[in-house]
Amino acid sequence: MSHSNEEDIYQEHILDHYEDPYHRGHCDHATHAHEDDNPLCGDVIHVELRISSQGRVDEAWFDGEGCCISQASASMLMERIEGKSVEEVKQFSADDMLKLFGARLTPNRQKCCLLSWRVVQAAMHSPVGDESARDESGATSASKPAQFGGPDLGEES
Amino acid sequence: MATAPSLPLDAESLRRDFPILATRIHGDKPLVYLDNAATTQRPRQVIQTLVDAYENRYANVHRGIHWLSEQSTDLYEEARESVRRFINAERRHEVIFTTGCTASINLVARSWGDQNVRAGDEILLTIMEHHSNIVPWQQLAQRTGCRIRFAPIDSQGRLQVEQFEALLNERTRLVALAAVSNVLGTINPVESLIAAAHRAGAVVLVDAAQSVPHEPTDVRRWDADFVAFSGHKMLGPSGVGILYGRERLLEAMPPFLGGGSMIRRVTVDGFEPGDLPARFEAGTPPIVPALGLTSAIEYLESVGLEKIHRYEQLLAERAHELLEAEGDIRFLGPPPEFKAGIVSFTVDGIHAHDVAQVLDRQGVAIRAGHHCAMPLHKQLGVVASNRASFYFYNTLEEVELLAAGLRELKRVFRRR
Repeated sequence: MSHSNEEDIYQEHILDHYEDPYHRGHCDHATHAHEDDNPLCGDVIHVELRISSQGRVDEAWFDGEGCCISQASASMLMERIEGKSVEEVKQFSADDMLKLFGARLTPNRQKCCLLSWRVVQAAMHSPVGDESARDESGATSASKPAQFGGPDLGEES
Repeated sequence: MATAPSLPLDAESLRRDFPILATRIHGDKPLVYLDNAATTQRPRQVIQTLVDAYENRYANVHRGIHWLSEQSTDLYEEARESVRRFINAERRHEVIFTTGCTASINLVARSWGDQNVRAGDEILLTIMEHHSNIVPWQQLAQRTGCRIRFAPIDSQGRLQVEQFEALLNERTRLVALAAVSNVLGTINPVESLIAAAHRAGAVVLVDAAQSVPHEPTDVRRWDADFVAFSGHKMLGPSGVGILYGRERLLEAMPPFLGGGSMIRRVTVDGFEPGDLPARFEAGTPPIVPALGLTSAIEYLESVGLEKIHRYEQLLAERAHELLEAEGDIRFLGPPPEFKAGIVSFTVDGIHAHDVAQVLDRQGVAIRAGHHCAMPLHKQLGVVASNRASFYFYNTLEEVELLAAGLRELKRVFRRR
C-alpha cells in the first residue's frame, strides 16, 4: 500500500524499533563517532562505530532523542550496517535509507528519517579523538550537550 | 446547528465565509484548522477584494498621472487610513506599509537602531519573544556592541514584571516585547510595561503580531513608540505588514531601504529623503495586499474584536478542560484567563512531531516544533512543543476533535 497514513508511519515494525531499539547505548572501544541534530525539531542522534582494521563495521550503536521516526530509523540503520564494509556503508544512499524505513514520508519527515543516515556517513570520516576530521561531510556537529539515556522524549532534564 | 446563546459570536455562520474551512482531507475528514497563530485563513470578502483590485483598479501607486494609477493610489492611501483608524494612531503617516511584522521590526532595528544605539547600551527583550523580535536586535548588537538582556517568566509562563522593571536602567535604549506570546499565549500588561520603560527613558517597540488580530488595539492608550504586526495573521494576504511609529521618532530616522518612492530628489551626487510615510516605503509597495488588509479590517470590525477575544478565551478554556481530562499533558503557559486563544502543550513520552502527525491524519492541523521561539523552549526545558491556536471561526466541536485526536494518539503509541 503506497497510501500514507499514520498506520503506515506508526506501523508495528516501526514502533517496535522505537520502543525497543537495536543497540541504543554506548559502543565499547568505538573507533568512529559523530553527532548531529535537527534544530528544527530538536532531534539528536549520536552514533558510535567500531570499525575493524579490515574496514568492516563490527559494531554500530546510537543514542539520541527525538521523534519516533528519527529514533526508529536510527535503530534500523544500526542493525543494517553492522557487518558491512566501510565501502558498502558509504554507498548506502539516502534513498536506500528511506526504503529501509519503509513507510512513505513527507519531505519534512524525511529529514527526521535521514538524520541518523547523515550522522553515520559523517561518522565514517570521524575517527575518535581526531577532532580535525569531524564535519568532513559538511554536517555540523551539535554544539549543545545532549541528554541521553531515556525515552523521555521532547524533554531535556 | 444552533449556537448556544451564551457564546459571544456565531462561529458556525461566520466560517461559511471561509471557503478553505470546508476542505475535507485524508479520506473525507473535515479539516480542523488550529494553526492560526502561524497564519489565519481568508474570508471570501478579502479574496474578492484582491480579485476586484487586479481586475479593475490596479496600477502602480504614487507614480502615474493616468486615471488607473490615481484609482490605485487612492485605494492604497485609504487602506493606510483604515489601518490608522483600526489601531487608533494619531496620524496617517505614522502607518508604514511593510512586507510583514518581521520586516517592520528589521526596519526599526536598522534605521532607528543604527542611529541611536551604541556600544554599552542595552536592549531589553523578554524570554518569550519570537525569533523575529530577537534576531534583528542580535544583529544590531553585532553591529554596535550593545547588550541584549532578557526579562524572565515565572513558572506559569507569565512575565516577571518586577524583574522586568529591575532590568530597566539608564543604559536601556530600547524595550522590545510581544503583546501576546506566540507560544505561551500570555497576554502581557503592555500599557504598564511601556510606562515603566518610558520612566527609564527607553523607547518601546511592541510586537503585536499575536494581539492585533484578536483584541482591540489602541497604540495611543499603550503609548507605544513602535508597533509591528502582519496582515496574514488577521485574515489579510501574506506580504503586507504594518509598522506604526510615533511621528517624532519616524521623522528623525534615516531611510532603511533605498530606491524609488522614498526620495524627494536624486542627483548624481546623492539623494534627499522623502517625507513620511514614503520615506520608508522604497520600491513598489504591497499594493493589493494592503487593499486586502483593509477588507480584513472591515471584516474583523464587523465581527467585533472584543467578541473575538472573549470567544477565543472560551475555546482555550474548553481546550484546557478537555486536554487535561486526556491526561499526560503538560501545558506551556498560564491558565486560560491570563492568555489568548493559544494552547501549547507537550504529551508525556511522545515527541511533538509524532503528536502533530497523528493529529494531522485525523484532519486536525496544529503546529509542532519550537514555533520560532527557541530561547523560550530552552528556558522551558522542552525541545519541541505542540500548539493549537484558535481564531473566531473555530468551534467548540473542533476543540473536541482535537481531544479525540489525542485519544487516537494514545491508541497508536500505547496499544501494547
